[in-house]
Amino acid sequence: MCLGVPGKIVAITDPERQLGAVDIGGVRREVNLSCVLEEGERLQDLIGEWVVVHVGVALSRIDQEAALWLDALPE
Amino acid sequence: MRFLSEFRDPSLANAWVRRIEAHLSGLQAPLPIMEFCGGHTHAIFRYGLHQILPSAIEWVHGPGCPVCVLPRAAIDLACTLAQDPAVILASFGDAVRVPGSSGSLLSAKAQGGDVRIVYSPLDALEIARRHPEREVVFLAIGFETTQPATALTILQAEREGIANFSVLCRHVITEAAIRAVLADPDVRLAGVIAPGHVATVLGANAFAFIPKEYRIPTVVSGFEPLDLLQALCLLLGQLAAGRCALDNQYRRSVRPQGNLAAQKAIAQVFEPIGSAEWRGLGRLPASGVRIKERYGRFDAERRFGVTAQTVEEEPLPCSQVLCGKLKPKACPYFGTRCHPEQPLGALMVSSEGACAAWYRYQGE
Repeated sequence: MCLGVPGKIVAITDPERQLGAVDIGGVRREVNLSCVLEEGERLQDLIGEWVVVHVGVALSRIDQEAALWLDALPE
Repeated sequence: MRFLSEFRDPSLANAWVRRIEAHLSGLQAPLPIMEFCGGHTHAIFRYGLHQILPSAIEWVHGPGCPVCVLPRAAIDLACTLAQDPAVILASFGDAVRVPGSSGSLLSAKAQGGDVRIVYSPLDALEIARRHPEREVVFLAIGFETTQPATALTILQAEREGIANFSVLCRHVITEAAIRAVLADPDVRLAGVIAPGHVATVLGANAFAFIPKEYRIPTVVSGFEPLDLLQALCLLLGQLAAGRCALDNQYRRSVRPQGNLAAQKAIAQVFEPIGSAEWRGLGRLPASGVRIKERYGRFDAERRFGVTAQTVEEEPLPCSQVLCGKLKPKACPYFGTRCHPEQPLGALMVSSEGACAAWYRYQGE
Protein backbone atom coordinates (compact mmCIF):
# COMPACT_ATOMS: atom_id res chain seq x y z
CA MET A 1 0.00 0.00 0.00
CA CYS A 2 2.89 2.37 0.78
CA LEU A 3 4.19 1.50 -2.67
CA GLY A 4 6.45 4.16 -4.13
CA VAL A 5 7.74 3.97 -7.66
CA PRO A 6 10.61 5.85 -9.30
CA GLY A 7 9.82 8.07 -12.26
CA LYS A 8 11.28 10.93 -14.26
CA ILE A 9 9.55 14.30 -14.53
CA VAL A 10 9.13 14.98 -18.25
CA ALA A 11 6.78 17.98 -18.40
CA ILE A 12 4.85 20.50 -16.34
CA THR A 13 1.19 20.05 -17.21
CA ASP A 14 -0.70 22.35 -14.82
CA PRO A 15 1.46 25.00 -13.09
CA GLU A 16 -1.46 26.35 -11.07
CA ARG A 17 -2.15 22.97 -9.46
CA GLN A 18 1.60 22.15 -9.41
CA LEU A 19 1.07 19.08 -11.57
CA GLY A 20 3.58 17.53 -13.92
CA ALA A 21 3.85 14.48 -16.15
CA VAL A 22 6.07 11.76 -14.73
CA ASP A 23 7.32 8.85 -16.82
CA ILE A 24 7.02 5.75 -14.66
CA GLY A 25 8.47 2.78 -16.52
CA GLY A 26 7.10 4.07 -19.82
CA VAL A 27 3.72 5.07 -18.46
CA ARG A 28 3.02 8.79 -18.17
CA ARG A 29 1.02 9.86 -15.21
CA GLU A 30 0.06 13.29 -13.90
CA VAL A 31 1.64 13.80 -10.48
CA ASN A 32 1.49 16.52 -7.83
CA LEU A 33 4.99 18.00 -7.50
CA SER A 34 4.44 20.44 -4.64
CA CYS A 35 6.33 18.35 -2.06
CA VAL A 36 9.55 18.11 -4.09
CA LEU A 37 9.73 21.78 -5.07
CA GLU A 38 12.48 23.54 -3.11
CA GLU A 39 12.05 27.11 -1.94
CA GLY A 40 12.77 29.61 -4.71
CA GLU A 41 12.76 26.87 -7.34
CA ARG A 42 10.57 27.03 -10.43
CA LEU A 43 8.43 24.07 -11.50
CA GLN A 44 10.17 24.09 -14.87
CA ASP A 45 13.48 23.39 -13.10
CA LEU A 46 12.12 20.01 -12.02
CA ILE A 47 12.01 18.61 -15.54
CA GLY A 48 14.51 15.77 -15.79
CA GLU A 49 14.51 15.09 -12.05
CA TRP A 50 13.86 11.58 -10.76
CA VAL A 51 11.28 11.25 -8.01
CA VAL A 52 9.57 8.59 -5.91
CA VAL A 53 5.83 8.70 -6.61
CA HIS A 54 3.13 7.43 -4.26
CA VAL A 55 -0.63 7.63 -5.10
CA GLY A 56 -0.17 10.59 -7.43
CA VAL A 57 2.23 12.63 -5.30
CA ALA A 58 6.01 12.93 -5.68
CA LEU A 59 7.38 12.34 -2.17
CA SER A 60 11.12 12.64 -2.68
CA ARG A 61 13.78 13.38 -5.23
CA ILE A 62 16.03 10.43 -5.86
CA ASP A 63 19.58 11.12 -4.68
CA GLN A 64 21.41 9.66 -7.65
CA GLU A 65 24.69 9.36 -5.79
CA ALA A 66 23.12 7.34 -3.00
CA ALA A 67 21.44 5.18 -5.63
CA LEU A 68 24.84 3.91 -6.75
CA TRP A 69 25.29 1.82 -3.63
CA LEU A 70 24.62 -1.45 -5.31
CA ASP A 71 27.73 -3.21 -4.17
CA ALA A 72 28.70 -1.31 -1.04
CA LEU A 73 27.07 -0.21 2.16
CA PRO A 74 26.43 3.43 2.99
CA GLU A 75 29.04 4.89 5.34
CA MET B 1 14.08 0.60 -15.73
CA ARG B 2 16.23 3.06 -13.83
CA PHE B 3 16.35 2.92 -10.03
CA LEU B 4 14.49 -0.37 -10.11
CA SER B 5 16.06 -3.09 -12.24
CA GLU B 6 19.58 -2.31 -10.94
CA PHE B 7 18.35 -3.28 -7.51
CA ARG B 8 17.17 -6.68 -8.76
CA ASP B 9 20.50 -7.96 -10.09
CA PRO B 10 20.79 -11.67 -9.17
CA SER B 11 24.60 -11.84 -9.04
CA LEU B 12 24.82 -8.80 -6.77
CA ALA B 13 22.05 -10.30 -4.65
CA ASN B 14 24.05 -13.49 -4.26
CA ALA B 15 27.11 -11.50 -3.22
CA TRP B 16 25.03 -9.84 -0.51
CA VAL B 17 23.71 -13.19 0.68
CA ARG B 18 27.32 -14.36 1.07
CA ARG B 19 28.13 -11.29 3.16
CA ILE B 20 25.08 -12.00 5.29
CA GLU B 21 26.28 -15.59 5.78
CA ALA B 22 29.70 -14.30 6.85
CA HIS B 23 28.09 -12.03 9.46
CA LEU B 24 26.00 -14.90 10.78
CA SER B 25 28.96 -17.04 11.81
CA GLY B 26 29.43 -15.09 15.04
CA LEU B 27 25.74 -14.74 15.89
CA GLN B 28 23.37 -17.00 17.72
CA ALA B 29 20.46 -18.34 15.67
CA PRO B 30 17.59 -17.91 15.21
CA LEU B 31 17.46 -14.20 14.51
CA PRO B 32 13.86 -13.00 14.35
CA ILE B 33 13.74 -9.87 12.19
CA MET B 34 10.51 -7.94 11.86
CA GLU B 35 9.71 -6.13 8.66
CA PHE B 36 6.89 -3.85 9.70
CA CYS B 37 5.76 -2.76 6.26
CA GLY B 38 3.54 -4.89 4.04
CA GLY B 39 5.52 -3.66 1.04
CA HIS B 40 8.59 -5.35 2.51
CA THR B 41 6.60 -8.52 3.24
CA HIS B 42 5.47 -8.63 -0.35
CA ALA B 43 9.02 -8.03 -1.67
CA ILE B 44 10.51 -10.77 0.54
CA PHE B 45 8.10 -13.34 -0.89
CA ARG B 46 7.99 -12.00 -4.43
CA TYR B 47 11.76 -12.18 -4.84
CA GLY B 48 12.12 -15.36 -2.79
CA LEU B 49 14.49 -13.74 -0.29
CA HIS B 50 13.22 -16.06 2.44
CA GLN B 51 14.36 -18.97 0.28
CA ILE B 52 17.85 -17.75 -0.58
CA LEU B 53 18.73 -16.51 2.92
CA PRO B 54 20.15 -18.77 5.65
CA SER B 55 17.46 -20.32 7.83
CA ALA B 56 18.89 -18.47 10.85
CA ILE B 57 17.09 -15.39 9.54
CA GLU B 58 13.50 -15.67 10.67
CA TRP B 59 11.19 -13.09 9.13
CA VAL B 60 8.43 -11.90 11.44
CA HIS B 61 5.81 -10.10 9.39
CA GLY B 62 4.51 -6.97 11.07
CA PRO B 63 1.13 -5.22 10.88
CA GLY B 64 2.18 -2.56 8.37
CA CYS B 65 -0.49 -3.13 5.77
CA PRO B 66 -3.21 -0.47 6.05
CA VAL B 67 -5.71 -2.65 4.20
CA CYS B 68 -5.16 -5.48 6.67
CA VAL B 69 -5.71 -3.31 9.74
CA LEU B 70 -8.79 -1.55 8.37
CA PRO B 71 -11.59 -2.33 10.86
CA ARG B 72 -14.84 -3.86 9.71
CA ALA B 73 -16.74 -0.85 11.06
CA ALA B 74 -14.94 1.41 8.56
CA ILE B 75 -15.92 -0.87 5.66
CA ASP B 76 -19.50 -0.97 6.94
CA LEU B 77 -19.62 2.83 7.01
CA ALA B 78 -18.19 3.09 3.49
CA CYS B 79 -20.76 0.52 2.28
CA THR B 80 -23.59 2.52 3.89
CA LEU B 81 -22.43 5.67 2.10
CA ALA B 82 -22.05 3.75 -1.17
CA GLN B 83 -25.72 2.72 -0.98
CA ASP B 84 -26.80 6.38 -1.16
CA PRO B 85 -27.77 6.95 -4.83
CA ALA B 86 -26.30 10.46 -4.67
CA VAL B 87 -22.88 9.14 -3.67
CA ILE B 88 -19.92 7.99 -5.74
CA LEU B 89 -17.64 6.13 -3.34
CA ALA B 90 -14.02 6.23 -4.50
CA SER B 91 -11.47 3.85 -3.01
CA PHE B 92 -8.02 2.40 -3.58
CA GLY B 93 -8.29 -0.97 -5.28
CA ASP B 94 -6.91 -2.94 -2.32
CA ALA B 95 -9.67 -1.78 0.00
CA VAL B 96 -12.71 -2.81 -2.05
CA ARG B 97 -12.42 -6.52 -1.26
CA VAL B 98 -11.93 -6.15 2.50
CA PRO B 99 -14.83 -7.93 4.20
CA GLY B 100 -17.06 -5.83 6.47
CA SER B 101 -19.82 -7.21 8.70
CA SER B 102 -22.07 -7.95 5.75
CA GLY B 103 -19.96 -7.68 2.64
CA SER B 104 -17.27 -5.60 1.03
CA LEU B 105 -17.33 -2.46 -1.10
CA LEU B 106 -17.21 -4.79 -4.09
CA SER B 107 -20.43 -6.46 -2.98
CA ALA B 108 -21.94 -3.00 -2.36
CA LYS B 109 -21.06 -2.25 -5.99
CA ALA B 110 -22.67 -5.49 -7.13
CA GLN B 111 -25.83 -4.37 -5.34
CA GLY B 112 -25.92 -1.16 -7.34
CA GLY B 113 -23.69 1.16 -5.32
CA ASP B 114 -21.49 3.45 -7.39
CA VAL B 115 -18.06 2.32 -6.16
CA ARG B 116 -15.06 3.41 -8.19
CA ILE B 117 -11.45 2.37 -7.89
CA VAL B 118 -8.92 5.20 -8.03
CA TYR B 119 -5.13 5.27 -7.96
CA SER B 120 -4.94 8.61 -6.17
CA PRO B 121 -7.22 10.85 -4.09
CA LEU B 122 -6.53 13.44 -6.80
CA ASP B 123 -8.38 11.13 -9.20
CA ALA B 124 -11.36 11.10 -6.81
CA LEU B 125 -11.30 14.91 -6.85
CA GLU B 126 -11.33 14.81 -10.65
CA ILE B 127 -14.47 12.64 -10.53
CA ALA B 128 -16.05 15.32 -8.29
CA ARG B 129 -15.15 18.03 -10.83
CA ARG B 130 -16.79 16.01 -13.61
CA HIS B 131 -19.92 15.14 -11.62
CA PRO B 132 -20.96 18.31 -9.79
CA GLU B 133 -24.46 16.82 -9.39
CA ARG B 134 -23.13 13.87 -7.33
CA GLU B 135 -21.41 13.58 -3.94
CA VAL B 136 -17.94 12.04 -4.22
CA VAL B 137 -16.59 10.38 -1.06
CA PHE B 138 -13.00 9.14 -0.96
CA LEU B 139 -12.19 6.34 1.50
CA ALA B 140 -8.82 7.53 2.79
CA ILE B 141 -6.69 4.79 4.29
CA GLY B 142 -2.96 4.42 4.79
CA PHE B 143 -0.05 5.41 6.94
CA GLU B 144 1.91 8.66 6.78
CA THR B 145 3.09 7.80 3.25
CA THR B 146 -0.44 8.29 1.97
CA GLN B 147 -1.57 11.12 4.26
CA PRO B 148 0.16 13.89 2.25
CA ALA B 149 -1.80 12.91 -0.88
CA THR B 150 -5.14 13.11 0.97
CA ALA B 151 -4.14 16.39 2.65
CA LEU B 152 -3.03 17.98 -0.64
CA THR B 153 -6.27 16.84 -2.28
CA ILE B 154 -8.39 18.46 0.45
CA LEU B 155 -6.34 21.66 0.17
CA GLN B 156 -6.82 21.64 -3.61
CA ALA B 157 -10.58 21.06 -3.21
CA GLU B 158 -10.73 24.06 -0.90
CA ARG B 159 -8.76 26.29 -3.26
CA GLU B 160 -11.12 25.41 -6.11
CA GLY B 161 -14.24 25.61 -3.93
CA ILE B 162 -15.32 22.09 -4.89
CA ALA B 163 -18.48 21.54 -2.87
CA ASN B 164 -19.26 17.90 -3.66
CA PHE B 165 -16.09 16.21 -2.42
CA SER B 166 -15.42 14.69 0.98
CA VAL B 167 -13.16 12.17 2.66
CA LEU B 168 -13.93 9.25 4.94
CA CYS B 169 -10.72 9.50 6.94
CA ARG B 170 -9.25 6.27 8.31
CA HIS B 171 -5.59 7.20 8.13
CA VAL B 172 -3.45 5.67 10.85
CA ILE B 173 -0.13 6.36 12.55
CA THR B 174 2.80 3.98 12.06
CA GLU B 175 4.51 4.58 15.39
CA ALA B 176 1.43 3.50 17.35
CA ALA B 177 1.31 0.09 15.67
CA ILE B 178 5.05 -0.47 16.04
CA ARG B 179 4.80 0.37 19.74
CA ALA B 180 1.83 -1.98 20.19
CA VAL B 181 3.80 -4.86 18.69
CA LEU B 182 7.08 -4.13 20.48
CA ALA B 183 5.33 -3.74 23.85
CA ASP B 184 4.02 -7.32 23.57
CA PRO B 185 6.23 -9.51 25.78
CA ASP B 186 5.66 -12.49 23.45
CA VAL B 187 7.29 -10.67 20.55
CA ARG B 188 11.07 -10.96 20.79
CA LEU B 189 13.07 -9.47 17.96
CA ALA B 190 16.76 -9.26 17.04
CA GLY B 191 16.17 -6.44 14.60
CA VAL B 192 13.61 -4.26 12.86
CA ILE B 193 13.46 -3.30 9.18
CA ALA B 194 11.71 0.08 9.20
CA PRO B 195 9.38 1.26 6.40
CA GLY B 196 11.23 3.28 3.77
CA HIS B 197 8.31 5.23 2.39
CA VAL B 198 6.86 6.28 5.73
CA ALA B 199 10.44 7.39 6.48
CA THR B 200 10.54 9.28 3.17
CA VAL B 201 7.76 11.46 4.56
CA LEU B 202 8.57 11.54 8.30
CA GLY B 203 12.35 11.14 8.10
CA ALA B 204 14.60 8.27 9.19
CA ASN B 205 14.79 9.90 12.62
CA ALA B 206 11.11 9.09 13.19
CA PHE B 207 12.24 5.51 13.89
CA ALA B 208 15.06 6.36 16.31
CA PHE B 209 12.71 5.47 19.18
CA ILE B 210 13.00 1.75 18.34
CA PRO B 211 16.72 1.33 19.14
CA LYS B 212 16.53 4.00 21.84
CA GLU B 213 13.50 2.86 23.83
CA TYR B 214 13.16 -0.80 22.89
CA ARG B 215 16.87 -1.55 22.42
CA ILE B 216 16.38 -3.22 19.03
CA PRO B 217 18.76 -2.47 16.15
CA THR B 218 16.80 -0.84 13.33
CA VAL B 219 17.47 -0.15 9.65
CA VAL B 220 15.27 1.92 7.33
CA SER B 221 15.11 0.02 4.04
CA GLY B 222 14.02 0.38 0.44
CA PHE B 223 11.81 -2.15 -1.28
CA GLU B 224 13.93 -3.84 -3.92
CA PRO B 225 15.77 -7.12 -3.26
CA LEU B 226 19.21 -5.47 -2.99
CA ASP B 227 17.75 -2.86 -0.65
CA LEU B 228 16.45 -5.51 1.73
CA LEU B 229 19.65 -7.56 1.57
CA GLN B 230 21.75 -4.47 2.29
CA ALA B 231 19.45 -3.51 5.14
CA LEU B 232 19.77 -7.01 6.57
CA CYS B 233 23.56 -6.77 6.25
CA LEU B 234 23.52 -3.47 8.15
CA LEU B 235 21.35 -5.05 10.86
CA LEU B 236 23.62 -8.05 11.24
CA GLY B 237 26.62 -5.72 11.23
CA GLN B 238 25.11 -3.91 14.21
CA LEU B 239 24.42 -7.20 15.99
CA ALA B 240 27.94 -8.50 15.30
CA ALA B 241 29.48 -5.28 16.61
CA GLY B 242 27.18 -5.20 19.63
CA ARG B 243 25.68 -1.92 18.44
CA CYS B 244 22.06 -0.88 18.78
CA ALA B 245 21.33 2.10 16.56
CA LEU B 246 19.30 3.41 13.65
CA ASP B 247 20.79 3.01 10.17
CA ASN B 248 19.34 4.27 6.91
CA GLN B 249 19.87 2.03 3.91
CA TYR B 250 17.33 3.85 1.69
CA ARG B 251 19.22 7.12 1.41
CA ARG B 252 18.31 7.70 -2.22
CA SER B 253 14.81 8.56 -0.97
CA VAL B 254 14.97 9.00 2.81
CA ARG B 255 16.47 12.08 4.46
CA PRO B 256 17.04 12.26 8.24
CA GLN B 257 14.23 14.84 8.64
CA GLY B 258 12.00 13.54 5.84
CA ASN B 259 9.93 15.69 3.51
CA LEU B 260 9.02 18.88 5.33
CA ALA B 261 6.47 20.04 2.74
CA ALA B 262 4.61 16.73 3.04
CA GLN B 263 4.71 16.94 6.85
CA LYS B 264 3.37 20.48 6.66
CA ALA B 265 0.42 19.38 4.51
CA ILE B 266 -0.40 16.60 6.99
CA ALA B 267 -0.23 18.99 9.96
CA GLN B 268 -2.36 21.57 8.18
CA VAL B 269 -5.28 19.23 7.45
CA PHE B 270 -5.18 16.46 10.08
CA GLU B 271 -5.08 16.33 13.85
CA PRO B 272 -4.40 13.33 16.08
CA ILE B 273 -7.29 11.55 17.80
CA GLY B 274 -7.13 9.89 21.21
CA SER B 275 -7.32 6.36 19.90
CA ALA B 276 -8.33 4.43 16.81
CA GLU B 277 -9.58 0.93 16.07
CA TRP B 278 -7.22 -1.48 14.28
CA ARG B 279 -8.34 -4.79 12.88
CA GLY B 280 -6.46 -7.50 14.74
CA LEU B 281 -4.79 -5.12 17.19
CA GLY B 282 -7.83 -3.55 18.86
CA ARG B 283 -7.97 0.08 20.00
CA LEU B 284 -4.56 1.69 20.05
CA PRO B 285 -3.77 5.01 21.73
CA ALA B 286 -2.56 7.93 19.58
CA SER B 287 -2.94 5.84 16.46
CA GLY B 288 -5.26 7.79 14.17
CA VAL B 289 -6.01 11.20 12.73
CA ARG B 290 -9.12 13.13 11.77
CA ILE B 291 -9.76 16.11 9.54
CA LYS B 292 -9.46 19.41 11.40
CA GLU B 293 -12.61 21.45 12.07
CA ARG B 294 -11.32 24.11 9.66
CA TYR B 295 -11.70 21.59 6.81
CA GLY B 296 -14.80 19.97 8.35
CA ARG B 297 -16.89 20.34 5.21
CA PHE B 298 -14.56 17.84 3.51
CA ASP B 299 -15.08 15.31 6.31
CA ALA B 300 -17.63 12.72 5.11
CA GLU B 301 -18.65 11.76 8.63
CA ARG B 302 -19.53 15.37 9.53
CA ARG B 303 -21.03 16.03 6.13
CA PHE B 304 -23.40 13.06 6.12
CA GLY B 305 -23.90 12.93 9.90
CA VAL B 306 -22.82 9.30 10.06
CA THR B 307 -20.56 7.56 12.54
CA ALA B 308 -19.06 4.10 12.58
CA GLN B 309 -20.92 1.51 14.63
CA THR B 310 -18.87 -0.67 16.91
CA VAL B 311 -18.81 -4.20 15.56
CA GLU B 312 -17.29 -7.23 17.17
CA GLU B 313 -14.25 -8.39 15.28
CA GLU B 314 -14.36 -12.01 14.19
CA PRO B 315 -12.47 -14.33 16.54
CA LEU B 316 -10.02 -15.39 13.84
CA PRO B 317 -6.33 -16.11 14.42
CA CYS B 318 -5.54 -13.04 12.27
CA SER B 319 -4.41 -10.93 15.21
CA GLN B 320 -1.85 -13.60 16.14
CA VAL B 321 -0.52 -13.57 12.58
CA LEU B 322 -0.56 -9.77 12.51
CA CYS B 323 1.80 -9.60 15.50
CA GLY B 324 4.07 -12.26 14.08
CA LYS B 325 3.13 -14.81 16.74
CA LEU B 326 1.54 -17.26 14.31
CA LYS B 327 2.88 -18.18 10.88
CA PRO B 328 0.16 -17.80 8.22
CA LYS B 329 0.35 -21.46 7.29
CA ALA B 330 -0.19 -22.53 10.90
CA CYS B 331 -3.66 -20.94 10.85
CA PRO B 332 -6.38 -23.61 10.58
CA TYR B 333 -8.23 -21.58 7.92
CA PHE B 334 -5.19 -20.86 5.73
CA GLY B 335 -5.83 -21.99 2.18
CA THR B 336 -8.98 -23.86 3.19
CA ARG B 337 -11.81 -21.56 4.28
CA CYS B 338 -9.63 -18.49 3.80
CA HIS B 339 -7.99 -17.82 0.45
CA PRO B 340 -7.52 -14.74 -1.76
CA GLU B 341 -10.73 -15.40 -3.74
CA GLN B 342 -12.82 -15.58 -0.57
CA PRO B 343 -10.87 -14.00 2.26
CA LEU B 344 -12.13 -14.52 5.80
CA GLY B 345 -9.63 -12.08 7.23
CA ALA B 346 -8.03 -8.98 5.83
CA LEU B 347 -4.51 -10.45 5.78
CA MET B 348 -5.67 -12.59 2.88
CA VAL B 349 -7.08 -9.59 0.99
CA SER B 350 -4.21 -7.29 0.18
CA SER B 351 -1.23 -8.62 -1.76
CA GLU B 352 0.81 -7.10 1.07
CA GLY B 353 -0.95 -9.10 3.75
CA ALA B 354 1.28 -11.81 5.18
CA CYS B 355 -1.30 -14.54 4.40
CA ALA B 356 -1.91 -13.48 0.79
CA ALA B 357 1.84 -13.26 0.19
CA TRP B 358 2.35 -16.75 1.66
CA TYR B 359 -0.50 -18.12 -0.38
CA ARG B 360 0.69 -16.62 -3.64
CA TYR B 361 4.39 -17.28 -3.35
CA GLN B 362 4.30 -20.48 -1.31
CA GLY B 363 5.88 -19.27 1.92
CA GLU B 364 7.67 -22.51 2.60
